[in-house]
Amino acid sequence: MTYELPPLPYAKNALAPHLSEETLNFHYEKHHRGYVNKLNQLAAEKPAWAGKSYEELIKTESGVVFNQAAQIWNHTFYWKSLSPNGGGAPTGKIAELINEAFGSFDAFKEKFSAAASGHFGSGWAWLVRDDNNKLQIVSTHDAGNPIKDGHNPVLTCDVWEHAYYIDFRNDRPKYIATWWNLVNWEFANSNLK
Amino acid sequence: VSTQSTGPLHGYHTMFAIARSALRAPVRRTFAASASASVHTLPDLPYDYNALEPHISAEIMTLHHKKHHQTYVTGLNAAEEAYVKAPTPKERIALQAAVKFNGGGHINHSLFWKNLAPTGSPETKLSGGEFKEAIEKAFGSVDAFKKELNTKTAAIQGSGWGWLGYNKATKSLEIVTTANQDPLLSHVPIIGIDIWEHAFYLQYKNVKPDYLNAIWNVLNFKEAAARYKEARSSS
Repeated sequence: MTYELPPLPYAKNALAPHLSEETLNFHYEKHHRGYVNKLNQLAAEKPAWAGKSYEELIKTESGVVFNQAAQIWNHTFYWKSLSPNGGGAPTGKIAELINEAFGSFDAFKEKFSAAASGHFGSGWAWLVRDDNNKLQIVSTHDAGNPIKDGHNPVLTCDVWEHAYYIDFRNDRPKYIATWWNLVNWEFANSNLK
Repeated sequence: VSTQSTGPLHGYHTMFAIARSALRAPVRRTFAASASASVHTLPDLPYDYNALEPHISAEIMTLHHKKHHQTYVTGLNAAEEAYVKAPTPKERIALQAAVKFNGGGHINHSLFWKNLAPTGSPETKLSGGEFKEAIEKAFGSVDAFKKELNTKTAAIQGSGWGWLGYNKATKSLEIVTTANQDPLLSHVPIIGIDIWEHAFYLQYKNVKPDYLNAIWNVLNFKEAAARYKEARSSS
């Protein structure tokens, strides 16, 4: 069994002008695909873990194998967290849950933005839920994935520099502000219990 | 913690001092109400922004120095000021991550600018002498040294730095890496290579090996040799 790169949920230019076609080209074809290629290279040596799902690898592996599996999973989740039709205020159950957990959408937006822009180094900002749909903001470092800690991811924002450098250079806060124009509330709702 | 800045041009001695001071056990000291943290400043680049072309672009050098390094300096000043004013150990501990991140960023980048030199300048030649011999002894050859430094730096998962460091305990040159903006404390820094994406992305995108090959054209071996000599004599 070889690991495959899941298709992008939209065309590479679909998130423009917020995120450029150039960014999606490099981010998806080079970085995301690069992790898949590397995992297949490692799996070709037929170790015991070859063929296991990304979730299993995330929960049981470490080092370079974990890094590839986690980054494949993280990026797949990231593409789905964005949508050409995204942005605006949350609707549906997620809107209620946000108000319950954070007081208001604005308060949540501020906290999530702070977590994303304030993360030192490479990593990810996540909205996660527990088994009671209680929402929480967590950040992970480098390839870190919250399912390893038993969280259920709802949305993610990639804060590795490659995610924003082409379009925003060093201005990560501006990139985060743009992320809010693309956030996929439908996907968020689908990740609730 | 004394971290005196001496103005725009930081000698590497100052950087060693900064790194060393980070190793000291916490000093019990009551800070007078008027005590203030030192003000760190962005050191000038020793060359023009375009001096490392075509290996590292002017755009990268400009953003890297004026934006990224400046942000670490600003962040360090803010973190240190808050740290000095923090009234409890708990509050000071909460600020330590910001001091480490921004302080390390300032140390690392100050070292970095000085261990780069303009394309084609004499400093980029590794000439025969004590330092070159030490490299050949430690790695077998200069090519083997290059390969090991590049391989280990490229293997960093995330952001960090690859270093040629001098191990004072074993009196040997070794390749080590640090994560994020952690300063190199286990060894004396001789050559640092920034592998954060901001160091190369605009020009090299995801192709780290191309950047790592290119940077060898602009490493300042004269500075490296001087650091090595200083490290040896202060053992």
